[in-house]
Amino acid sequence: MKTYLTFLARCFRLSFVGDRRYYAWMFFLTVLTLLGINAYCKQLVHGLATTGMTDQVSWGFYIANFTFLVGMAAAAVMLVIPVYIYRNRELHDLVIFGELFAVAAIIMAMLFVTVDLGRPDRFHHLLLRFNFPISMLTWDVLVLNGYLLLNLHICGYLIYCAYRRRQPSKVFYIPFVFVAIAWAISIHTVTAFLYSGLGGRPFWNSAVVAPRFLASAFAAGPAFLILSLSVLARYTTYRVPEQAFLTLRNIVTIALSINMFLLGSEAFTEFYTDSAHGASARYLFLGLHGHNALVPWIWTAIGLNTVALILLFMPVSRKRSVLQAACIMLIVGIWIEKGMGMIVPAFVPSPLGEIVEYLPTWNETLVTVGIWAGGLLIYTILVRVTVPVLTGRLTYDQDFSAATGAPAELVTNHP
Amino acid sequence: MTDVRIWDGPSARPPRQEPELTRRSFLRTGAAALGGMAALAAALSPLRELASDDIPDLGQFLQKHYKEMTPTDMEAALERIRRKVEERFEVRPHLRDIKPMEGVEFVYALNLSRCIGCRKCVHACVAENNQSRSPEVQYIRVIEMPRGTLDVERGNHHYDRPTVPDPNHFYLPVQCHQCANPPCVKVCPVEATWQEPDGITVIDYDWCIGCRYCEAACPYWARRFNFARPHLPKEQLNPTMSYLSNRPREKGVMEKCHFCLHRTREGRMPACVEICPTGARKFGNVLDPHSEVSQILKTKRVFVLKEEVGTLPRFFYYFDERYPNSLDPEAVAIAHRLKAEEGDAYGLPPGPDGPRREFIAAAQPQWWNGGRA
Ligand code: SF4
Ligand code: SF4
Repeated sequence: MKTYLTFLARCFRLSFVGDRRYYAWMFFLTVLTLLGINAYCKQLVHGLATTGMTDQVSWGFYIANFTFLVGMAAAAVMLVIPVYIYRNRELHDLVIFGELFAVAAIIMAMLFVTVDLGRPDRFHHLLLRFNFPISMLTWDVLVLNGYLLLNLHICGYLIYCAYRRRQPSKVFYIPFVFVAIAWAISIHTVTAFLYSGLGGRPFWNSAVVAPRFLASAFAAGPAFLILSLSVLARYTTYRVPEQAFLTLRNIVTIALSINMFLLGSEAFTEFYTDSAHGASARYLFLGLHGHNALVPWIWTAIGLNTVALILLFMPVSRKRSVLQAACIMLIVGIWIEKGMGMIVPAFVPSPLGEIVEYLPTWNETLVTVGIWAGGLLIYTILVRVTVPVLTGRLTYDQDFSAATGAPAELVTNHP
Repeated sequence: MTDVRIWDGPSARPPRQEPELTRRSFLRTGAAALGGMAALAAALSPLRELASDDIPDLGQFLQKHYKEMTPTDMEAALERIRRKVEERFEVRPHLRDIKPMEGVEFVYALNLSRCIGCRKCVHACVAENNQSRSPEVQYIRVIEMPRGTLDVERGNHHYDRPTVPDPNHFYLPVQCHQCANPPCVKVCPVEATWQEPDGITVIDYDWCIGCRYCEAACPYWARRFNFARPHLPKEQLNPTMSYLSNRPREKGVMEKCHFCLHRTREGRMPACVEICPTGARKFGNVLDPHSEVSQILKTKRVFVLKEEVGTLPRFFYYFDERYPNSLDPEAVAIAHRLKAEEGDAYGLPPGPDGPRREFIAAAQPQWWNGGRA
């Protein structure tokens, strides 16, 4: 127990130690987080009128980001599957980074739902009167919290074992890993059902929403991991096997292709049928009666995704920089497609045919940026703490300074 | 995890640096912590503007769900609300919790051949039900429809003509349809909204967490959210109110039409029925075979909106078979008389504070919008 507390205390201390770049990055994120908190306080005072949402478009940026992040969290398993099912040992440690990201993403997703509530002071009503299993939102609350706990357990356990220089005992984490794989699919499926179960919103009321969500998540999530592993490989002593990038690149390519295919099928059904049900899709892709706020968004997304896909199919994307560029493009593309492109158009036109457009306000954007910065702050700290443990510099039998004081080259050059 | 590389300990570092480092880092940490706290305090500073009644008092915080309240709990809740209303509006309200009547199921029928689009129901509803006036929350939306279609996407919500009705249009008022299979109830995560035995779907404004899932689920766009703090001038308060219907709402909760249950559960008509100058609106107990609505359901060719979504509305529309190509001439005559009597005030559009984005924004300071209305 005492060792565990020391471990936590050391992790805490460690998160405040780093080189100048680390401080600059953390300072930057902290400032953004504080700006977000400030904006949220304004929202608390003046109500959700500080956002661009209306009775017509009653969900906006927050729920869009929530959806995207649930997908990112689910995608952590795309690293787990090759490791545990195909026994690819080389990626073993990397699983931890995926899961740490899942933890950060889930926390961000939950924050996005919380800031979207009109009465956050009544959060406890969820505990007192839980409309389970009828309301899909209660399912989402359960699966998201469950997934958070699962991931905290798995990576917490593995990291602590490394700290104790112990061989992790399989019974304590392998079953959880398999549960987590199934669970990850479930969190994104349930989130999709949140939307597709609404008969009054034809744009969402489609069976392809869940598969599309999964496909786009399994493209954007691993793409994000490629980026964060590149940062690790470049700035820390941690050695990322080249094979990790290649495996992730394959996953991203396949998932993105499936996603584009599903998007195409969806668009075909809407446009070829050309029924009144297609009004939202028409609004999204072409604009409706002169209202076209979303048109530039969706075409940017499609453009980015197409370019990314072409790059990924070409051998040049084996080069790290090209791969990174493709990843950035597709993350942005999918973020738009799933957020502004999936949540907002379902509200336009309204069920009574009224067209009211939506654009996030500054305040809403600041809150959003704040949550993202806070989430990245959490992820950075988690990774910051994990790397020395995994490289064996922070263990129970060493002085704390071993983890911090050692200049990077020393460790790298160590036999 | 087994192939951890071992760093051979701190001995490689000059030991003398240790204490100095600690002192320096202590100072640095202290300064950073202080700076951090100050920045956090600055970030939180807008909270000082929270109005005192925005913060729930203990009684409200611990208040149970409507269905779990004992009569004593309910009396305490009512008293708390009365006190709050009195503080805010300087009137002692006549507030009760009115229960549904046995053997009653309410149903609405609307004669589209008689609706002249004057929007009197819209405004009577706002006055009766203590909705926010700025931004104005309205439960009823009258849509001006071109003849020959029921596709609402072809309708006009914001018609503003010198006079209504326009002979080439008919008028389609929409409000909560009190569905027998209400999707809004299904999706609510905290059961803040439910269907009562008399068919009215109600909301416990003290239980709603404001997630707006029900608003996304409603196929009739019947739900309204309090994006801003409801603003209701003192002299416009209707002091006769009930817990589940027209008591004043707070910021951040959902509301909608409740068939004026504080009236209808005591045998009166809803405000919209009462005000309608042409008698287009009919309301009553469908379980009573002699009621007017029962007769209408039996003898008229009634229909519901969006039958395909399976919500089984309790709100029926019909056209009068006697006038297949026009509005009922009697209703049109009434419209002419009203126009003569009321002049420009007749048929006012949903504004000046309609529930549109511009108005929600206009009711609030502009800074978060970057000047964009
Ligand atoms: S019309 Fe909308 S708000 Fe009213 S009961 Fe039906 S789904 Fe619920
Ligand atoms: S907004 Fe309120 S009533 Fe509607 S689903 Fe959420 S908690 Fe329930």
